[in-house]
Amino acid sequence: MTVDTVKNAESTPDQEQPYKELGLKDDEYARIKDILGRRPTDAELAMYSVMWSEHCSYKSSKVHLKYFSDTTTDEMREKMLAGIGENAGVVDIGDGWAITFKAESHNHPSYVEPYQGAATGVGGIVRDILAMGARPLAVMDPLRFGPADAPDTRRVLPGIVAGVGGYGNCLGLPNIGGEVVFDATYAGNPLVNALCVGAMRVEDLHLAHASGTGNKVILFGARTGLDGIGGVSVLASETFDDSAGKRKKLPSVQVGDPFTEKVLIECCLELFAERIVVGIQDLGGAGLACATSELASAGDGGMHVYLDRVPLRATGMTPAEILSSESQERMCAVVRPEDLDAFMAVCAKWDVIATEIGEVTEGDRLVITWHDEVVLDVPPRTVAHEGPVYNRPIERPADQDALQADTPDGLPKPAREELLDLVKTMAASPNLASKRWVTQQYDRYVRGGTVLSQPADSGMIRIDETTNRGVALSTDCNGRYAKLDPYAGAQLALAEAYRNVSTTGATPVAVTNCLNFGSPEDPAVMWQFEQAVKGLADGCVELGIPVTGGNVSFYNQTGATAILPTPVVGVLGVIDDVRRRIPTGIGAEAGETLLLLGETHAEFGGSEWAHVVHGHLGGLPPKVDLQREKLLGEVLVAGSRDGMLSAAHDLSDGGLAQALVETCLIGEVGARVFLEADLFTELFSESTGRVLVAVPRTEELRFTDMCTARGLPWRKVGVVDPESDALEVQELGSLPLAELREAWEGTLPALFD
Amino acid sequence: MRVGVITFPGTLDDVDAARAVGYAGGEAVKLWHADHDLKDVDAVIVPGGFSYGDYLRCGAIARFAPVMQEVVDAAKKGMPVLGICNGFQILCEAHLLPGALIRNHKLHFVCRDQWLKVENNATAWTSRYDNGAEILVPLKSGEGGYQADQSTLDELEGEGRVVFRYVGENPNGSRNDIAGITSANGRVVGLMPHPEHAIDALTGPTDDGLGMFLSLVDSVVKA
Repeated sequence: MTVDTVKNAESTPDQEQPYKELGLKDDEYARIKDILGRRPTDAELAMYSVMWSEHCSYKSSKVHLKYFSDTTTDEMREKMLAGIGENAGVVDIGDGWAITFKAESHNHPSYVEPYQGAATGVGGIVRDILAMGARPLAVMDPLRFGPADAPDTRRVLPGIVAGVGGYGNCLGLPNIGGEVVFDATYAGNPLVNALCVGAMRVEDLHLAHASGTGNKVILFGARTGLDGIGGVSVLASETFDDSAGKRKKLPSVQVGDPFTEKVLIECCLELFAERIVVGIQDLGGAGLACATSELASAGDGGMHVYLDRVPLRATGMTPAEILSSESQERMCAVVRPEDLDAFMAVCAKWDVIATEIGEVTEGDRLVITWHDEVVLDVPPRTVAHEGPVYNRPIERPADQDALQADTPDGLPKPAREELLDLVKTMAASPNLASKRWVTQQYDRYVRGGTVLSQPADSGMIRIDETTNRGVALSTDCNGRYAKLDPYAGAQLALAEAYRNVSTTGATPVAVTNCLNFGSPEDPAVMWQFEQAVKGLADGCVELGIPVTGGNVSFYNQTGATAILPTPVVGVLGVIDDVRRRIPTGIGAEAGETLLLLGETHAEFGGSEWAHVVHGHLGGLPPKVDLQREKLLGEVLVAGSRDGMLSAAHDLSDGGLAQALVETCLIGEVGARVFLEADLFTELFSESTGRVLVAVPRTEELRFTDMCTARGLPWRKVGVVDPESDALEVQELGSLPLAELREAWEGTLPALFD
Repeated sequence: MRVGVITFPGTLDDVDAARAVGYAGGEAVKLWHADHDLKDVDAVIVPGGFSYGDYLRCGAIARFAPVMQEVVDAAKKGMPVLGICNGFQILCEAHLLPGALIRNHKLHFVCRDQWLKVENNATAWTSRYDNGAEILVPLKSGEGGYQADQSTLDELEGEGRVVFRYVGENPNGSRNDIAGITSANGRVVGLMPHPEHAIDALTGPTDDGLGMFLSLVDSVVKA
């Protein structure tokens, strides 16, 4: 095997290189030559091509994402210990605790290989959280699929769900929530987003950088293999074509081993506790290429890596392959020489392979050698932080006006006598149906900190067993709303996640996102993206909570058809005492009144009703009122603090009807409901800023007085009836809970069992 | 009283088992898989998780861990031992309990709140319950189907060594709806559901599981 060294590159300046196959454009390749003053070696080409990919460099989104930091005020930043640009955002939640959380997409691998794609998606985000110095505590998974009854959904969904569960369960992380959404646009491009939340003491925060000349660079965890090499394999076939016996490449989707990751987590936490880590970086997308260049770029010196020391699990791997392998369950640490023995001892205790692969050097070059020959010599910042930046063309789609003009106003409405049946039909429709078939494959109990999980409005975990301080998390997005108006759609996602968090009694404090869009080369998609970023950032300013990090996933499309713009928003809330959390199910106390907080208007653009009954998408989404959301949140938290609320459930997709069905079925108790004149609008409108609450009769006056005093509209809509086993809607009749349960819980098992 | 909680690589519910011991008034003592040392404990819990990644077969590698040799010896002398989920699988592999656990009949991992009927309150771990009582605790496992040959089942049933039985729909295809069993002397108990996750209604479905840890404290105090 001959290896393309720097010396070789200098003496063969005109050698053809497969940069196009690696995804680099002509001008990008020219820039690399310009930076290096020569042609890149194979290893350099591999490193630049993966690091300058859309996934790693954010080259199409960077100019827009800047808007998040530009709009974040000092006041919003007050509780933020780390933000955009770090592995994950970190927030101070009080009592000396710092919380780190982030979401990431693993969409394309999950379509190709559902189980491993989803599993390694979980594994990757967990390592991001670990790399901040935190113990990972819980995961959530917002998932989106093609139509529930489509044959390919039957292939993709069970595999993805089993992958999320298989990896997360084995890691010992409770899965506390997420989403399962079906829409035709996701048929050839499912979305697998994974969120992880972790906690640490404020003083234990670790940031990824390699400082201190002479410090050692240690690679630890799994061996490096040929999995997840993707496009870089063309380098091998181009350069080392051995027609007699071409090596069979492993799939470009990585293969995960959660057991190795569990051990790696415990090993890292012990290393952190011993305070023998100067800097740490996880190996995710772009593997060692990413970890070494990012560590070196963020540090104050250079770095020398002896690539031949990397433990391999395949023979004959080239330097380019080793650098770009995405083998899972690996971490890279920077350690002071005097701590090396202690570091190795901890790794040995956990049977984790650890290898000193290099050191921090003087100067500002990242140099990688392969058996004493230099195969890579680059300024690391040009790889990791100074990649190409594109101002892609943006154009509002030509048919956007027509889409918005096609309002649902003309759609035939159900007759009065059809309404009860419609409640049941809607509850059984795939997007509104119970997701139990999915969530019962996830361990929600492990570690003993889970206070709320699916189907609660937000997941909640206890962080401190002494003080009972905890956090709540919700992720949301309605892609149909975002299609109709991406600016409003992103704000609606934010509003819903914010509302979900406050509905459980927690105070929202920070935001993360996972922005899933079509091709950035399509000006219409870039317009959606730009609008969504602006909407989300402006919304955060209005609510006074910062975006602490996020993820962008482009190229989610099948042929020329993009997915619905899907800016998934995650909101983190803090609750000083988890024992006062507000549950979702009614009936916990004898004698409860049902109150509807907020106002209902006839808003059906992008609604679940228009989708299920008419297959219609047009008009404008419901109006956003973030000031109202804020007020609503304050009232809910105050109600929880003073013990005035026995249950609460957010109104969103499917409107009041769906909220009533869920709150009865979860609480296993009936209710009698009396509504106002326009029963159809009352039941199915998706107006925002609304929450259904159950109030013990003894607290009713005190609570409604508070709402009135603070200017929050409220209305009595019914009573909980512990004697009844039906949901009764006055003037319409009664739906037995058993019948509703069969409708709500029967859909997914019928499709996927 | 000191209760050892073993950690193997891949053990997950050790923190929960230790917490449950504390709730019941005992002192949890960490035991490491690689040590030949039970640190003078009065009882041992083999907690749930995926020891050694479930490689080969659930529990098949863990049974050879140095600490398990000590557990087997101590159990033979009458020390109370509780195996939960993967711990139950390990106790079966170590032949402290008969039978084996196989893949759930519907193949999926199942996490749900499960009603159990207490069938034997004469063990070291169940004296706080009434026979026939029903308790609600989490079940979370992919390989929880209890299997044994007919003569073993007959023996278990005949000697009253079935400790817990699933109520309602059988969640994993276990023979005779068996959720947990005990050794002939009633000192070793293994079960698939997780009593340590039902010690506080804040984080579990109920606090029904606490009875097992309180029973242990009683039994050791009496002994």
